[in-house]
Amino acid sequence: MLFDDYATDSFFDEMFSADGTVRPHYRVVADGLNGMEGVEYQQKQEAVEMAFMRGGVTFTVYNDTQGTERIFPFDCVPRVISAEEWEVVERGLIQRITALNLFLHDIYHDQKILKDRVIPAAHVLSAKHFRREFMHFQVPKDIYVHICGTDLIRDHAGRYLVLEDNLRCPSGASYMLENRAAIKRAFPEILRQAGVRPVDDYAQALLSAMQHVAPAGYQGKDHPNVVLLTPGVFNSAYFEHAFLARQMGIPIVEGRDLVVRDFAVYMRTTAGLVPVDVIYRRIDDDFLDPSVFRADSLLGVPGLVNAARAGNVTLANSIGTGVADDKLIYYYVSKMIKYYLGEDAILDSVDTYLASEAKDRTYILENLEKLVVKSANEAGGYGMLMGPWASAAEIEEFRTQIVANPRNFIAQPPISLSRHPTWVGEGGGFEGRHIDLRPYILYGDKISVNPGGLTRVALRKGSLVVNSSQGGGSKDTWVLRQPAGPPTAPSV
Amino acid sequence: MLSRVAASLYWMGRYLERAENIARLLDVNIQLLIDFGSIDDQGVKEHWVPVLRSVGDEEVFFQHYAKADSASVTEFMTFHRQNPNSVFSCVCAARENARQVRDQISFEMWEVLNEVYLFLQASDAQKVWRDGPGAFYDQVKRYSHLFQGLTDATFSRTEGWDFLQFGKYLERADKTTRILDVKYHILLPRATDVGGAIDTAQWQAVLRSTSALEAYRRFYVTEILPKKVAEFLVLSDSFPRSLRYCLAALNDSLGRIGTGQEGGLDGPERSAAGVEFRQLCDELARLSIDDVIARGLHEFLEMAQAVIGRLASHVYETYMHHPPVDMASEIRFHQQEQQQQQQQRS
Repeated sequence: MLFDDYATDSFFDEMFSADGTVRPHYRVVADGLNGMEGVEYQQKQEAVEMAFMRGGVTFTVYNDTQGTERIFPFDCVPRVISAEEWEVVERGLIQRITALNLFLHDIYHDQKILKDRVIPAAHVLSAKHFRREFMHFQVPKDIYVHICGTDLIRDHAGRYLVLEDNLRCPSGASYMLENRAAIKRAFPEILRQAGVRPVDDYAQALLSAMQHVAPAGYQGKDHPNVVLLTPGVFNSAYFEHAFLARQMGIPIVEGRDLVVRDFAVYMRTTAGLVPVDVIYRRIDDDFLDPSVFRADSLLGVPGLVNAARAGNVTLANSIGTGVADDKLIYYYVSKMIKYYLGEDAILDSVDTYLASEAKDRTYILENLEKLVVKSANEAGGYGMLMGPWASAAEIEEFRTQIVANPRNFIAQPPISLSRHPTWVGEGGGFEGRHIDLRPYILYGDKISVNPGGLTRVALRKGSLVVNSSQGGGSKDTWVLRQPAGPPTAPSV
Repeated sequence: MLSRVAASLYWMGRYLERAENIARLLDVNIQLLIDFGSIDDQGVKEHWVPVLRSVGDEEVFFQHYAKADSASVTEFMTFHRQNPNSVFSCVCAARENARQVRDQISFEMWEVLNEVYLFLQASDAQKVWRDGPGAFYDQVKRYSHLFQGLTDATFSRTEGWDFLQFGKYLERADKTTRILDVKYHILLPRATDVGGAIDTAQWQAVLRSTSALEAYRRFYVTEILPKKVAEFLVLSDSFPRSLRYCLAALNDSLGRIGTGQEGGLDGPERSAAGVEFRQLCDELARLSIDDVIARGLHEFLEMAQAVIGRLASHVYETYMHHPPVDMASEIRFHQQEQQQQQQQRS
């Protein structure tokens, strides 16, 4: 049996309890996989990889003149979330996005939360992604964050924690959809028996959210012209951009396809200039409009910000949302929830120490070898010190940087991410690997959380880094329809 | 439709058609050499140089190779990465264009282009080719046919279709005229060969290089005669690779490009390039092959290529290509606009 030698070690394992029993919501998956031969499973895994290669479900590897494309590594063992757990996660995410959106509106208008000293004003005003140019800017229906991809992790006790909010251009939704399509081919019967909620309507919901914020009137057409703005075919996420545009049936445009005239955006077509109403942009603020932000950006469209300010085009996500991605601001999200909604946060954050606060800084500097230190504005696993695994030289380098620029650093205790059975090849069978979860939240006429998400897995043994740029892969994520039954007798 | 998208569809159609034509050309000529039995180095060279000339790559070839023989020419035209017209380069270009318009084409179309790319990119591709060039080129042609069939079955007949077809038939018309032109050119001066066994084999090769052998036989029910081959490939109104047929298909797309949209551009038929193109279409319907030969087949084909070339440039420049904006002046313009706005507000 494939799970005979599986060990949870001392980690929180998603599939198995500490005593080795299968958790109730994993019963169907465990039974289905256990009845399989190693060679049969290996064939399924290879068939899925082949299908990804043939379909071009790949990302481009930078610094490679051959233009090598790789598939995003995929592990066939699905990650299962019970209906009960999901109900809490969903409520928690909706609460969090509601508060973050209110926060963005507040800091770009009256700044009440700063005046009431819930968050020190200096923290917000000094944030790298706070856009002063955007003060008093009216965004349609007061929605700033149309698409959010929150990173969740589970600690040693299985508690869900928010790791990052990702309010700018979160990526990965296409892999969520492709992973499900792959699993439908590989394990149709297990999928059916388990009673899994479908994820496929994500693209339709995304389009509806975009159409919801279209400028009024949109020049008398039946529907607004929504486009997806990509940095171009050489961007590593181009597959995703094309995929989502195709699923929504909207044009994918590059900066050079757009032009701004009389405060309105047009695309250059075979029939001349055609007006654009909503832009789902996959380009960061800095590169969006060289007449306002970075002048050296060749990806952007001069005049775009002006057109948005005039209300002739809507950008999703809005400009300036990155301020809430600042890891210093992250620390205050629970307080925001209390301040704006009068509620306690449903989802916990990771305990965080701010190097900008004298007391915290002392603690951080005294305990660098026990902490994870993060730069306030880096993502993708970069700009990080993993204290317990770092060399003395690395620790000293961070110490110098923290002392020089405390605003730029926070520290957190290392979290022992939950593990999940993951295929390591016919010789090794299943072994535990660390995972996280990125659900996708859309803010349209209401806030909705897609029942699923991208489960990322650190494929290297012992690694805690799930990012695809650093040896991470992904899994399909199953959210169950029905609550699970009582636990069964140990099957291992 | 975005101009950039139209351009990608156009190039995608052109490059895949080119890959297919080159694969067929090489396949036919390799087989032809087998029929000849033993010939000396000079004979081999005389065989291959016109093939290179027919795709317009003679010069590039001799920059990379000293000697034109079967191995070097087929290697150059199949895999050479610095040769933009090698089967490999064409497939890469078609696929790269498809990648840029993934959202516009059907999944089936993309999958086939990706498969042929992976087939050529595979580490054992060269070995497959050496072990059996026939099977190898067949596979490339099959992918192209599969792509055309799937396009026919899954792609909406909207603007994108017209640009794709425009690229395909443009390339096809170009290749048919070149293949015919080169053979006509080298065969006629050697009066002694005309009508001999080699001559028949050569003209048969011309037909096979354009997939026309069986269609020719069914149409004429006679032996392979140079004049009839020329007639078939230039004037047939039913064979899908003849010059006349390709031009009719181009004309068909042309009637729809750039029209029917509010504020749209003028249709291409009103341009000078469009007018002379229409004249050529009319001529092809009127002329007999004797008229064409009287004017000189080579001259006639050259003229046709020039007319098609001018039409292609016109359509490309007008509908598919926007000169890039001058970023610096565009930035200045919008910054001034912003300042004026701020002054009005304050």
